[in-house]
Amino acid sequence: MSLLEIRNLSVDFQTVSGSFRAVDGVNLDIRETDILAIVGESGSGKSVSMLAVMGLLPWTAKITADIMEFEGRDLLTISSRERRKIIGQDISMIFQEPMSSLNPCFTVGFQIGETLKEHLGMDRNARKIRSIELLELVGIPAPEERLKAFPHQLSGGMSQRVMIAMAIACSPKLLIADEPTTALDVTIQAQIIDLLVSLQNDKGMALVLITHDMGVVAETAKQVIVMYAGQQVEQQEVEGLFSTPRHPYTNALLNALPERSLGLDRLPTIEGVVPGAGDRPNGCLFSPRCEFAQDDCEAQIPPLVGTGTNTLRCFHPVDHGGHGE
Amino acid sequence: MFSFVIRRVALLVPIFFGVTLISFGFIRMLPGDPVAALAGERDMTPERHAEMMARLGLDKPAWEQYFDYVWKLLHGDFGTSVLTNRPVLDEFMELFPATLELGMAAMLLAIIIGLPIGIFAAVKRGTFYDQGLMGLSLVGYSMPIFWWGLLLIILFGGIWGLTPVSGRISFLFDVETVTGFLLIDSLLSGEEGAFASAVSHMILPTIVLGTIPLAIIARQTRSAMLEVLSEDYVRTARAKGLSPLRVYGLHALRNAMITVITVIGLQVGTLMAGAILTETIFSWPGIGKWIIFSVFSRDYYAVQGGLVLIAMMIMSVNLVVDILYGLINPRILHTSS
Amino acid sequence: MNQSTINSIESGPRQPSVLRRNLLEFWYYFSESKTAVVGLAYLVGIILMAIFADFIAPHDPTIQYRDCLEQAPSWGGDKCNFLFGTDYAGRDMLSRIIYGTRLSLVAGGMVVILCLSIGIVFGVIAGYFRGWVDTIIMRIMDTILSVPGLLMALVLVAILGPGLLNAMIAISITYLPYFVRLTRASYITENTKEYVVASKVSGAGKFRIMFITILPNCMAPLIVQATLSFSTAILDTAALGFLGMGAQPPTPEWGTLIAENRDLMLSAPWTVTFPGLAILLAVLAINLMGDGLRDALDPKMKRS
Repeated sequence: MSLLEIRNLSVDFQTVSGSFRAVDGVNLDIRETDILAIVGESGSGKSVSMLAVMGLLPWTAKITADIMEFEGRDLLTISSRERRKIIGQDISMIFQEPMSSLNPCFTVGFQIGETLKEHLGMDRNARKIRSIELLELVGIPAPEERLKAFPHQLSGGMSQRVMIAMAIACSPKLLIADEPTTALDVTIQAQIIDLLVSLQNDKGMALVLITHDMGVVAETAKQVIVMYAGQQVEQQEVEGLFSTPRHPYTNALLNALPERSLGLDRLPTIEGVVPGAGDRPNGCLFSPRCEFAQDDCEAQIPPLVGTGTNTLRCFHPVDHGGHGE
Repeated sequence: MFSFVIRRVALLVPIFFGVTLISFGFIRMLPGDPVAALAGERDMTPERHAEMMARLGLDKPAWEQYFDYVWKLLHGDFGTSVLTNRPVLDEFMELFPATLELGMAAMLLAIIIGLPIGIFAAVKRGTFYDQGLMGLSLVGYSMPIFWWGLLLIILFGGIWGLTPVSGRISFLFDVETVTGFLLIDSLLSGEEGAFASAVSHMILPTIVLGTIPLAIIARQTRSAMLEVLSEDYVRTARAKGLSPLRVYGLHALRNAMITVITVIGLQVGTLMAGAILTETIFSWPGIGKWIIFSVFSRDYYAVQGGLVLIAMMIMSVNLVVDILYGLINPRILHTSS
Repeated sequence: MNQSTINSIESGPRQPSVLRRNLLEFWYYFSESKTAVVGLAYLVGIILMAIFADFIAPHDPTIQYRDCLEQAPSWGGDKCNFLFGTDYAGRDMLSRIIYGTRLSLVAGGMVVILCLSIGIVFGVIAGYFRGWVDTIIMRIMDTILSVPGLLMALVLVAILGPGLLNAMIAISITYLPYFVRLTRASYITENTKEYVVASKVSGAGKFRIMFITILPNCMAPLIVQATLSFSTAILDTAALGFLGMGAQPPTPEWGTLIAENRDLMLSAPWTVTFPGLAILLAVLAINLMGDGLRDALDPKMKRS
């Protein structure tokens, strides 16, 4: 049974200079215990799509989709009150900047306890016990004292652990992690990712990991969606994506990884820049930068083809001719 | 936190000297003969002049006079009113409760109405409500207070005859002064209708005095809220599925309050200036009216003493606000060593 | 604003095209706020009214029409037609208010000029030299701030004597701290920036650095403050006039007009209402303009 099913999700923002399409036709299908990584550059729309699911976008955003359902419930037409019962409890999200994502005026204990009180109706004692449990679960030493700490007294890594504790407090079925390690030290990054994966394992949660770090994707994800300029360009299982990337963008991204350029003089790059609001090409959005681009690529936008967890938006996918397997 | 408080208190010292210097120098800077001004006499004979000069201590060198003056201040001697021959401090303390009562009522009004307006405007940013409310508050602080007061008097007192327009209570009542706060004293006195009279006399002055602080608080709350609403932790609060009331009223507001408290504290000076005008218009027997009267009647000791007392009062309130700010802002309260 | 700072490091006057471009860009942002433009239009309108008062005012503001004392506003009758009515001495309210515009605008303008010039100099000195010079200047400013503005102005007017000029001087002194603080704060921030270091390294003299290099980049908040002070000065001048410490009767300053007609405010409310409305509208217009200015000059809100 599908936990989160999305078909053709688009998000348009009303701006001073007109309407801007930040997310264009995203499909995804997450089941229990899935680990899905969404990769892309900044501005590719990866965060916005998940924020749309959570209902956290500002009123200037217009969200449209053919299907956007969580456990069969339609998230598009749901009332605010019903939605508030789901998020924080069945679906949780953690964000990129843990230091500023916690309210500086309240203690850690207070902020974790809020979720427990709101969704599970626990009384004060039960909340305290559970909060300590959660802090231990996320690997925070001396949890009892930490309950009384204020966010500015915590380091980046600790803050993110607290955020994770808050997010899993009600044992959600789906956890969305939006670039959880980008703002942290490299040494802490690995710890946080390991924590997320082990929690996912223990609790049988589905995990959506939004990141631009291909190394993390390779190690943790089962499914990968690649996004470019708001569009979904490829989705594959992780092994397939890394061995036989089909979209030229994915191919170029992987080629640009330092690990893959051993023995080369120069690190490969992708020429050009991501199209902004004003200079979107008529055809495939990646065509100006694609080394395999042909005439039909520049004439029309390739549709997203494929089923389930195997999709591609390209007229001329990369041909690996037998390599890799 | 402790060092924070110490530093704030330490700042008061130079300001205290500055203010005393101003009030000390004020009399010396008056046109004409300071002796005549302070003695209240004119055309004195040379002997009388010398006598008064010695009596007033004006024959000593200036710096010695200044130290005498400060010394007296620190002992609670703020001079003697030329008009009433009573110590200035006594006059001040007698009239201060009236101003305090009015000021507190005005501040209460400004906060109770201004704060929600600011929050509402921020949450409904860009809508008609937001623009309308902000437009109204702009009109509110573009108005001359004294005109606003007169206008209300004309409307409510004159044309519609709804409320009284001067004094604190109808002269029919003779209420004993217990606390100095007429609202409390009139209740204590048990006289029928006294409390109602006190309240009705307070309505117009409170509205007039409170209008500008209300407008400022509304605007500042709105902008503080807007800044806070775009912060990450508000997004986290919403992601936790908390109700809008909790998200805006608790998570957002708590942080916005840090700025707003400072703004509220700054209004004390505005209230004092406004009190001068409001009390004059409504014949409210407080220190605002007293100080104007003293300036006009050339009661220079009263002006001098009043100046120092008012400045000290404002400084104390600012200090309290600063400390409150330190208490509310956890970064200052819980500085990790 | 970077273009202008580069220009100010090199010697020589700013090219007219850069200035023009900056002005056009400024107008683009400013005109986004319709209310600000309305405010500006009103201000321009009353400035013109003040300049051409002699031609616009229907009557001489000092003539007393003895048989038309305290007349209610009326028009189109055969006798005693005064659009805003007459005051206690039979003088035309409308004309008096029009002439009063001059006084308020001049008072506001003078205060702003005084505060900007003196405030900037002190702020620059405090911000540049720091140390005990800075401390002394700031303590003086703190002292002025600890006394409420109106009270301070009253005391100063008591020393200097009542009158419009003295009122303006007194008010300027009470606003000074805001300008000094603002200049000093911008100064200290700018001082640490690289273009200043570059200037010093190229051997620019102290005076040049203080006033020509750094100062133009601190102007934005000062301009906003100047606008707000302009409107507050009009209010305070009127307040002093109302208390009898500012412009003295029969000068038709708006506050003074209200004061001299206060006794008849219940029987002839127009004598008090209209001058106050004039104050309100002028201050409102300037505040609207100030808001628009602030939004236009705020770099955070710039969009490409």
